[in-house]
Amino acid sequence: MIKTNKKTPKNIILSLDNVSISYGKFEAVRNIFCDFKKGNITSLIGPSGCGKSTVLRSLNRMNDLIPNCSLKGTVMFKGTNIYDKRVDPVEVRRRIGMVFQQPNPFPKSIYENIAFGARINGFSGDMDNLVESSLKKAALWDECKDKLNDSGYSLSGGQQQRLCIARTIAIEPEIILMDEPCSALDPISTLKIEETMHELKMNYTIIIVTHNMQQALRVSDMTAFFNAIEYEDGDGGKVGYLAEFNSTKKIFNSPKEKITQEYISGKFG
Amino acid sequence: MNSLYYQKRLSRNIGDKFFTCLSVICALIATLPLIFLVTYILIKGGSQITPELFNLEPNPPGDDLDAGGINPALVGTLIITSIASIIAIPVGVGGGIYLAEYSKGGAFSRFIRFGVNVLAGVPSIIAGVFIYALIVSTKILFGSMYSGFAGGIALSILMLPTVIKTTDEGLKLVPNDLRYASLGVGASMYTTILKVTIPSAFRSIATGVVLGIARAAGETAPLIFTALFSYYYITGFGDLFYEMGSLAVLIYNFALEPYDAQNKLAWAASFILVLSILSVNIFARILAAFNEKTKRV
Repeated sequence: MIKTNKKTPKNIILSLDNVSISYGKFEAVRNIFCDFKKGNITSLIGPSGCGKSTVLRSLNRMNDLIPNCSLKGTVMFKGTNIYDKRVDPVEVRRRIGMVFQQPNPFPKSIYENIAFGARINGFSGDMDNLVESSLKKAALWDECKDKLNDSGYSLSGGQQQRLCIARTIAIEPEIILMDEPCSALDPISTLKIEETMHELKMNYTIIIVTHNMQQALRVSDMTAFFNAIEYEDGDGGKVGYLAEFNSTKKIFNSPKEKITQEYISGKFG
Repeated sequence: MNSLYYQKRLSRNIGDKFFTCLSVICALIATLPLIFLVTYILIKGGSQITPELFNLEPNPPGDDLDAGGINPALVGTLIITSIASIIAIPVGVGGGIYLAEYSKGGAFSRFIRFGVNVLAGVPSIIAGVFIYALIVSTKILFGSMYSGFAGGIALSILMLPTVIKTTDEGLKLVPNDLRYASLGVGASMYTTILKVTIPSAFRSIATGVVLGIARAAGETAPLIFTALFSYYYITGFGDLFYEMGSLAVLIYNFALEPYDAQNKLAWAASFILVLSILSVNIFARILAAFNEKTKRV
């Protein structure tokens, strides 16, 4: 485990300090230390069941929605522990938006899909402008500018996912979390979403969970490799941990840990 | 020689034929009561339908020449069912929302679900006796005893379980993805429920509500204890707190009369009651079918 303490804390927008997450008695991930830098794209990679999605969901308190899920440690977002009792999870989710694995547009028009989030966040400016700029940022404007009143479901899977990204951008979050956003998409849609991510990098911090190592290599500046090991008490269950965290180049070219090397080269996972 | 061709005389094939026939016959017998009942009522009651039926008050039994109409009972049924809906729909939908959205499957919600199931199995006459003891005999409603209002409350008890259950189940069918999407853009729990989940489940909730209304509209026993019966036009708001006629009780009263005119009136009322409940049920079916179609988009 590597702690990046040398960087100026100013750059750090989100930091996990000794975080362990459990579902009931089952511990999913243990002792995570990790700092996410502002304006970076960070990928979380690792084999199934290593808890990377769990960690991602904990970053904007989506885990609150899962019964029995509990978290130990602190998640600092710009100097505030988002698991402090006084923190309102709704407010956290407005600052830290999320794009899910399955495209999940609302059963409303394309326009309303974007306007919904902005409106409930008290947006009072020109809604038409906001819809247009959000769709442009998500590289969807040209494809749907003539059918903004059609249902969000009328779009293809890749377009739906970009609509979900546009919807997230519209609420002006500081961080965008993406949980395997391309796993349900074809390669061309995936490429478009990756292009979108590169453009979003100018204004947003992005944290993405992906199963696709090539994708991690293409899009991210930093990569966190998660792995799962069996419990010491040996009841067969596995617990996830952060095996290695470094710049994407170093992770893929000269990983420090043997297990990372093996995962990258496809020996397991 | 063992051939692959189908052999009629093989015992397993004979047995198979026999059981197919048996189950078809049972299925036919099961639908016979419905067919006979509906046609009998349609023939017996349909012939009695006249415009006056809908406008006139029923005449007191004894006048064998003219029984009058069923206007007060028709309006009474509408009013009593509306009162029941006004009470049962908000409470039922609210309870269903709690069960499906807020409860985390703990002891309290399990208790409510169990309670709702028990309530659904309570005989309707018990609901009538309960409201009789609670409202009618205590004169708690502005000193009135039997009243349309008490009738509505009794029927609302019967509607509640259907509304709660269908709301609960309708909301559970809404994919969690949709809830996460809404919460993920910073919506609070109640905005999510009002703006996203309820609209998605609206049709299944509406179907349950309509079925609940259809059930309540045909109930007799609870009304005998609560709304009783009245021969007179409903003229104003104040009539809510007096005895009120309803189709079901009118049928109960007049079918037992020894006079032919009253019996015919009871048939006419049965015709209208059956027809309206049937059409409400068909409406609910159409609603549900439409629901399935939109879900697949």
